[in-house]
Amino acid sequence: MDGGLGRDPARGGELALIEQVFREEWARVLASLVGFLGDFDLAEEAAQEAFAIAAERWREAGIPANPRAWLISTARNRAIDRIRRGRRFAEKARLLEERSVVECNTDEGAIPDERLELLFTCCHPALALEAQVALTLRALGGLTTEEIARAFIAAPETMKRGLSRAKAKIKAAGIPFAVPPDHLLPERLAAVLAVVYLIFNEGYGGRTELAREAIRLGRVLAALMPDEPEAHGLLALMLLHDARRRARFAGEQELVLLGDQDRSLWDAGEIEAGRATLERALALRGRGPYVLQAAIASLHAEPDVDWPQVAALYAELATLTGSPVVELNRAVAVAECEGPQAALEIVERLELGDYQYWHSTRAELLRRLGRGDEARAAYRSALELARTAPERRFLRRRLQEL
Amino acid sequence: MKYALLVYSKPGSFEALSADEQAKVYGQYRAVSAAPGIVGGEQLQPAATATTIRVNDGHTLTTDGPFADTKEVFGGFYMLEADHLDRAIELAAQIPSTWMGGSVEIRPVVEN
Repeated sequence: MDGGLGRDPARGGELALIEQVFREEWARVLASLVGFLGDFDLAEEAAQEAFAIAAERWREAGIPANPRAWLISTARNRAIDRIRRGRRFAEKARLLEERSVVECNTDEGAIPDERLELLFTCCHPALALEAQVALTLRALGGLTTEEIARAFIAAPETMKRGLSRAKAKIKAAGIPFAVPPDHLLPERLAAVLAVVYLIFNEGYGGRTELAREAIRLGRVLAALMPDEPEAHGLLALMLLHDARRRARFAGEQELVLLGDQDRSLWDAGEIEAGRATLERALALRGRGPYVLQAAIASLHAEPDVDWPQVAALYAELATLTGSPVVELNRAVAVAECEGPQAALEIVERLELGDYQYWHSTRAELLRRLGRGDEARAAYRSALELARTAPERRFLRRRLQEL
Repeated sequence: MKYALLVYSKPGSFEALSADEQAKVYGQYRAVSAAPGIVGGEQLQPAATATTIRVNDGHTLTTDGPFADTKEVFGGFYMLEADHLDRAIELAAQIPSTWMGGSVEIRPVVEN
C-alpha cells in the first residue's frame, strides 16, 4: 500500500481501495485486538469503530502508509477509552499498562499475525457447529451479521443472538485464543477444516459468495500452516470443484452431470491452481481425507478419467473415513471401469436408504442393466428425497426417458 | 479460571466390571484427583441414597430418590484450576465415566 495512492483524484477508485483495505485487514486487525484485549466483544466493537473512523478520515486524507498499524492502534485506543469509561477500570487498566509497554510499536513487522489463533478460537469444538461457522465468517471473513444471516436464510436477529451467545461462551468458559499444542492439533485442525469446507459446500449449491469466502479462508489457512498437507488438500479440493461451477448448471439452472459437462466452461486457471496446491500437499506426504478427495477431483478434471485410479482412491478414502457415502462414490467409479453389475453389488451392500444419491445411483445402474421396472422405482424413491428444484427436474427427466 | 468437572455415570456400568477392572477404574479416578490443578472434589454415595427437598408455600416436601430419573446419574465432581478450557477438556477425557457410557460436564465457576 503506497501513501501516494491517497492523493488519487479519482474518488470512486479511492473508495474501492478503502473497501479493499478493509476486506484485507479486518481479520488481522480483529485477531490482534482479541489477542490484546482477551475479549471478543470488546475487540469487535473497537475494530468496528476504528474502521468507521478510517472510512471518514481516509476519504479526506488518503490511505495512510501502513493502514493495518493505523487501524490497530486506533482500535486499541478506542478500546482503552471504553475500558476507562467502564466499571472494571482498575483491573483492566492495569492489564493494559502492562501490555502496552511491549505493544506500542506499530511497525508492520512488529504486529504478529494472530489470525490462526482467532480461527482456532472460532472453530473450537465447545461451540455449536453453526456458531463456529457464523463466528468464522464474521471474524475471519469480515461478513456482517446481516450478510451471514442472509447466506444461511436465517433471521438477522436469530443470527445476532447466536453470535452473542457464542462470544459470551468464549469468554465465560475460557476458550483459549491459541494454536493448540501438537497433541491436540490433528483433531482441532480437522474441526477448522470442516468448518471451512462446510462454508464452501453451502456456497456450492449456488450462493457463490460463500464458496468464494471459503476459498479465501482456505488460502489464508494454507498460508498460515504451510506444512500441513490437509490445509493444502482442502484448498486444492475447493479450487478443483469451484473450477467446474459454471459447467454444473446449464440454461435454466438444469443440473449437468460431470460426464456431460461442457468442459470449455471449466476454469482452466483455477484447475491449474488446484493441481499445483495438490502437488504441494502430496509433496508434504499428505494422504488425509482432503488430499485424497482433491486427488480424485483432479482425476475427474482430466480429459480421459482414469477410473481404476479413482476407484482405488475412493477405496483408500473409505478405509480412512468408514463412510458408506464414500463407498457409494467408489461404486460409481467401479461402474465405469468394471461395469454396472460389479457396481450394483457394492451399492446393494450399503445401508443408505435415507440418502437420495443412493437411490439415484442404484436407479442409474439398474437402468444400464436393462432392469427398467426396478430402475423406475428407484428413481421415484430418489425423487421423493430430492431437495432442490434442478435435482427434481433432472430425476423426472430420467424417469420419462425410461 | 476455575472449573467444576461434573461426573455423570451410567448406572450399573461400574458394577458390571470384574474386581480387577474395578480396581483399575478406581485407580484412574484417584490419578485424576492427583492431577495438577485439581483443588478439590468429592465422590457421592449412590443415587439410591438421595433425598430430594422442595418447599411449596412454606411446606417442606421430602421425597425419596434423586430429583429426576435419568440415564446418567450425577456421581461426583472435581474442582480444577486451569488457564483455559482445553486443559479442562483434556483432564475430563481422562475420567473413566466418559468411556463407560457416562459423561463429564465442564462448568466454569462464578468468580467474584
